Amino acid sequence: MGRYLLRRLLTLIILLLGITLVTFAVMQLAPGGPIDLATDMSAKISPEMKDRLNKLYGFDQPWYIQYGNWLARSVQFDFGESFKDGRPVIDKILERVPNTLLLNVCTMALIFLFAIPIGAVSALRQNSLIDRGLGIFVFVGFSMPTFWFALILMLLFGIFLGWLPVSGLRSLDYGELSATGRLLDVAQHLILPVLTAAFTGLAFMSRYTRVALLEVIRQDYVRAAAAKGLSPSRVFWRHAFRNTLIPMVTLLGLMLPDLIGGAFIFETIFAYPGLGRLGMEAMMSRDYPVVMGLGTIVAFLTLLGNLLADLGLAIVDPRVRIVSS
Amino acid sequence: MSGAFRRWLAPGFAAALAACDTPRAPTELATHTAGAGADSRDGDVFVEASIGDASQLNPVLAKDASSGDINDLVYSGLLRYGPDLQVEGVLAERWDVGRGGLEITFHLRRGVRWHDGVPFSSADVLYTYEKLRDPKVPTPYSSEYDLVKEVRAPDANTVVVAYREPFAPALESWMMGVLPKHVYEAKSFACPPTPCRPEAGPAKTVEDFVSHPANRCPIGTGPYKFCEWRTDEKVVLEANPDYFEGRPHIQRYIYRVIPDQAVQFLELRRESVDSMGLRPDQYRAYDVFFEAYRKYRYPSFSYTYLGFNLRKPMFQDRRVRLAVARAIDKDELIEGVLMGLGRAATGPFPPMSWAYDPGIEDFAYDLEEARRLLDEAGWKDSDGDGIRERDGVPFRFEVMTNQGNKTRELTAQVLQQQLRRIGLDVKIRIVEWSAFIQHFVEPRAFEVVILGWSLGRDPDQYLIWHSSQDGEGKYNFVGYRNEEADALWVKGRTTFDKAEREKTYRRIHRLIHDDLPYVFLYYPEATPVVHRRFEGPEVRPAGLTWNFIRWFVPAEKRRYRTQVSANG
Repeated sequence: MGRYLLRRLLTLIILLLGITLVTFAVMQLAPGGPIDLATDMSAKISPEMKDRLNKLYGFDQPWYIQYGNWLARSVQFDFGESFKDGRPVIDKILERVPNTLLLNVCTMALIFLFAIPIGAVSALRQNSLIDRGLGIFVFVGFSMPTFWFALILMLLFGIFLGWLPVSGLRSLDYGELSATGRLLDVAQHLILPVLTAAFTGLAFMSRYTRVALLEVIRQDYVRAAAAKGLSPSRVFWRHAFRNTLIPMVTLLGLMLPDLIGGAFIFETIFAYPGLGRLGMEAMMSRDYPVVMGLGTIVAFLTLLGNLLADLGLAIVDPRVRIVSS
Repeated sequence: MSGAFRRWLAPGFAAALAACDTPRAPTELATHTAGAGADSRDGDVFVEASIGDASQLNPVLAKDASSGDINDLVYSGLLRYGPDLQVEGVLAERWDVGRGGLEITFHLRRGVRWHDGVPFSSADVLYTYEKLRDPKVPTPYSSEYDLVKEVRAPDANTVVVAYREPFAPALESWMMGVLPKHVYEAKSFACPPTPCRPEAGPAKTVEDFVSHPANRCPIGTGPYKFCEWRTDEKVVLEANPDYFEGRPHIQRYIYRVIPDQAVQFLELRRESVDSMGLRPDQYRAYDVFFEAYRKYRYPSFSYTYLGFNLRKPMFQDRRVRLAVARAIDKDELIEGVLMGLGRAATGPFPPMSWAYDPGIEDFAYDLEEARRLLDEAGWKDSDGDGIRERDGVPFRFEVMTNQGNKTRELTAQVLQQQLRRIGLDVKIRIVEWSAFIQHFVEPRAFEVVILGWSLGRDPDQYLIWHSSQDGEGKYNFVGYRNEEADALWVKGRTTFDKAEREKTYRRIHRLIHDDLPYVFLYYPEATPVVHRRFEGPEVRPAGLTWNFIRWFVPAEKRRYRTQVSANG
């Protein structure tokens, strides 16, 4: 087990290095740098000035030196400073993590709450009207453009009915509210984004549950359990459903980076102060340190998620054992 | 997207929107206690919607418009533009231009204090200048001071700037917000408590200018004091009761970040924002959307143009350029592209500028004349395919513009249609901005471009038009050359007398209009809305917000309850 872990961790580091290198290369290949975008076509800025700024940020150096400098700092968890406002990248990321976590945890909770029952019902009533209906429902959500659906919900709940705030995370008078008031205020602001994200993300989980369950209920041991005369609910909960949980663990691991990696367009629409918007704006303005910092963290979480999923699988599935060679 | 969105909102929906006006109780936004010196007009909150968040609340470092909006309210410069774009003193009470324009002396206003109570002095101006010229400071403004030989402060209330050569636009460069030396030179700094955040921030050791904590809780001399900044959500400012031109009436200014313009528009409908800049399609939306608002329109300080690469033989003939100009129906273009919210352009100065010559008559739309000019230049459609040719070469060229600017893309399409009428075959090519600049504009590998310039308030455009500015990274990329204009551009920037400058620039306006290096297409209009309850907005050449500190809301119309602070 120890050696297995060590090997996995080593691969993780190598993969991580590779990913940062690719991210760096892509950023370099994207035309234009942060200086060009901020200064092109502003007739007040002389070419000498641009050169000076480029030197100041080290863009005059060859790419491998720039990457090396970046790497040397990042291994000490120093991702440098954003070009936009000179603040440490890590501060900018950390201050947005709670907001994005809040949104994504709520969304995932809602997805699990609905997707598993939807999947279960669809599987148990396979090919029935209800299965088809639910299938259509989740695929409508899946294929709906998020920004469009978000605007429709805003129009309906924010304007026609006037029940909910349209965008943002807090009201303007948040600072003057009591503790309960603040909680309610944030909750109100979260309803629309969470609803949008959950509805558009429902298909993945519910279809997975359906397929997993369909496979399990055809197994001999389920038939055996039913033949033994166990009640249908006992057959379902004890014998069928528990076994569908195994692939779910893998899924959960794969979803770990989703918890942090915000949805870019989505957060922008809702004026939500999260990581997705940070990433989006950083890419648009070629804010290399922020893009690299975010990329590294999301890549790390993805790899970690994979690792945890594999380890978790070993724990929940008695058939999987890690054998030290 | 919003165009489709608006069509989708059929009239029935619009009626429903009108009916669903939910009354809301005034929101309580507490500030400190009321006291003497407050005016009955003082109170309420102004909420401005913005696409982007501010980046650095430090006028020397800030490159983006959002930071600029906030910095303009928190900091003051030595000078500013008045309502009619005349130069006015702010921190400088008056100024003299001496030694033939080689020396400017600013006499500073006395008794001005920084928001933290420390007196303002000439040392702050010197400090700000040092930072602007410091090679370690990543400021984009340093080149505006290239001609400065020396800045000195003979006493606490006087600043003298010596120039290597007379430079009239220099006055504009002294509109830069002045920074507090005592704050930026301190060894450690903690954001002071504000009405929004009663406890002071943690004291931090100051490492350098760029990461200085005051860049996120600025201390200025302007009409508004910094209150709070929630990243990507809002920046809140509070009226400065001690402002030297009188306290602003609106107690609070909230800069709310809403990155999507369609969502901003929905927030407008909820009356949760008081002001935003509209897109033309939003401006033309149903009147019910604007029951609570007043719409404004005025030409912005920018124009969109069709620029010829004057090195290409086909565009060296002025008759050809004139034919193109004659064949462009600007009214149709403005109607189609900007939904009428623009004005036909005649030259490099916007109509709000004193450099603009209103007497210039634009080349009228005249297809017959355009065709005649092309015939005369030898471009004839001899094979009857509808495209003109000369020596067997068809008149075919590529119009390029950058990706992501819908208006320019539409402009290209309209022009393609219009030029087709006189037998020119136009291809459109849309390229991502940086690639466009690097691969086409820089190596001069374009034929015709559609681009725009945003302009400063000072008419000096030497960097765009002077023949010396046709080099790598420079802005005269069309390759315009006119000796008379060259001399006038130099004269314009070395003369301080406004009447004289006006004459110079109006002459330039005519020269460039006639030479046709560009076909000046249109000046787009700024189209802001402001909530009806605000009294005082008035459009002047300087725009809409020049008198913001005098805006107020009558007591019975206030939407937000604020307690007005006393004069300190």
